[in-house]
Amino acid sequence: MTFRILRLALIAAGALVISWLLMIGLTWLGTRSESFSNVVATGTAQYFSALTIGAIYALIALGYTMVYGIIELINFAHGDVFMVGAFVAYLIFTSLGFGGAIKSIPLLIGILLLGFLVTMVVLGVLGAAIERFAYRPLRNAPRLAPLITAIGVSFILQNVVQVLISNSPVPSPQLVSLEYRFTLLGASVPLLNLLIFLVAVVLMIALQVFVGGTRLGRAMRSTAQDREAAQLMGVNINATIAITFFIGSALAGAAGLIYGLYKGNIVFNLGFDAGLKAFTAAVLGGIGNTVGAALGGFAIGFIEVAAVTTGLSRWQEALVFSVLILVLVFRPAGILGQQIGERA
Amino acid sequence: MTAQPAATDDLLSMEAVDAFYGHIQALRSVTINVRRGEIVTLIGSNGAGKTTTLKTISGLVRARSGRVMFDGTDISRVDAYRLVPRGLGHAPEGRRIFSRLSVFENLQMGGFTRKRSEVNEDLARVFQLFPRLAERRAQRGGSLSGGEQQMLAIGRALMSRPKLLLLDEPSLGLSPILVQQIFSIIQEINRQGTTILLVEQNALQALNVAQRGYVLQTGRIILAESAADLAANPQVRQAYLGEI
Repeated sequence: MTFRILRLALIAAGALVISWLLMIGLTWLGTRSESFSNVVATGTAQYFSALTIGAIYALIALGYTMVYGIIELINFAHGDVFMVGAFVAYLIFTSLGFGGAIKSIPLLIGILLLGFLVTMVVLGVLGAAIERFAYRPLRNAPRLAPLITAIGVSFILQNVVQVLISNSPVPSPQLVSLEYRFTLLGASVPLLNLLIFLVAVVLMIALQVFVGGTRLGRAMRSTAQDREAAQLMGVNINATIAITFFIGSALAGAAGLIYGLYKGNIVFNLGFDAGLKAFTAAVLGGIGNTVGAALGGFAIGFIEVAAVTTGLSRWQEALVFSVLILVLVFRPAGILGQQIGERA
Repeated sequence: MTAQPAATDDLLSMEAVDAFYGHIQALRSVTINVRRGEIVTLIGSNGAGKTTTLKTISGLVRARSGRVMFDGTDISRVDAYRLVPRGLGHAPEGRRIFSRLSVFENLQMGGFTRKRSEVNEDLARVFQLFPRLAERRAQRGGSLSGGEQQMLAIGRALMSRPKLLLLDEPSLGLSPILVQQIFSIIQEINRQGTTILLVEQNALQALNVAQRGYVLQTGRIILAESAADLAANPQVRQAYLGEI
């Protein structure tokens, strides 16, 4: 277990360095006339945006992949669960009277911790409730039924937020001032970007430790592999599936909070686009694989930002999905996907 | 068949159980009993209902009528996962080990309902029965050979310290030497105090280790006798022991 985490950390560190260099190279391609130091600075700044956007996609992608892993359902409502997370965080912060940057650092940390905790718990409960009432009754129904139900839940969540909160974009409190910045290789990067990346990494490590090394994590993996055999071990399948939805939705909630802090405004249908991209990330990384989902999330964030730096911003969507198609043509199960022949 | 008297030392009894898969009736008024300390075998050809009988006991299939009594209580309506801590272990057909979990994790799953302190003790016992598993503890379950997977399936079921162990075709697909080994381990497990209900295609071996046996045909019990009588029964010899 510890060995696996160390190896993962090494691979991740390598990927971070390589993608940094790659981003600088792509920036050079996009702006050939600039001086070398300018290219490095711009590339570095873009790299940190890519990490931030990638972190959001990665956190959402984890929920898609966990749910697919355990009940083979593409939970199309998951993007909207993320959206609800953004609004729950918005409600928490505004109801506590925080509409903008918090000057006191201890207070800021306290409010952020509280925000994450409450948002994640509320969203976890929401996710488990969706599973209980919308998917569990259909667990033995033909595949298409829960899929359509998921789409239905997606629209319901959007509609509820639209009616109860706002039909138009609302400004979400940017609690972390963009004035806090650090300079690296000539690039001035908001501390918020780094913070978001670190929060995402901490959550992902926590997830890996939970799934890989705890009794409940083993129950989840066993249930994903062979539900009947897991029952014969004494695993309560319904509870395990509910926990999976809880965790996946809590992570989406954290992503929603982060999204609000980063973007500064949120709207009821923001989950559609982000959800599809995150789903793409999960498939790209290998659906059912949590490390793959994180990898796919960062990859998509990187491609989106790279499209901008190389001057192809209008081609962003086409580029993202071309990469998806290319990867799937050569590796149908995704980058880290389990090839078939897995089940004993 | 001879009616079994309802003895007080019955660990398990099925009373006139009917079970269905959709509209197809798989079990027809099946009545069997297993006393504490016994090895009882259930033999019969493919599709006779042997696996369904075990699944009905462990709660994976619901009895439509009749009842299943285990350790003094009616378990006909109890969820499968709740039966494990009550002392029912089931090593299912086809081994069904968790191929992407390590051997060690598979065994940990077997002890899922046990306290952490008890798990180590049980683990030592399983490794003593199957030293091979100790050697391969870090390997993925899916990378084991067929015989090792069978050992893992049995070891995993033992991790819950069952009072009654249901074994479904433990010898299937194994070489003759391994079959011998598995059957002697089954006897060893029984000697250590676990009651066993054994489903087998290999009727000869099964009747060798069992005290009593039932013959199942198209969902019905057609014979219920001591293992020795069954092994001597010309009808059984012809149908299940490969004699002409």
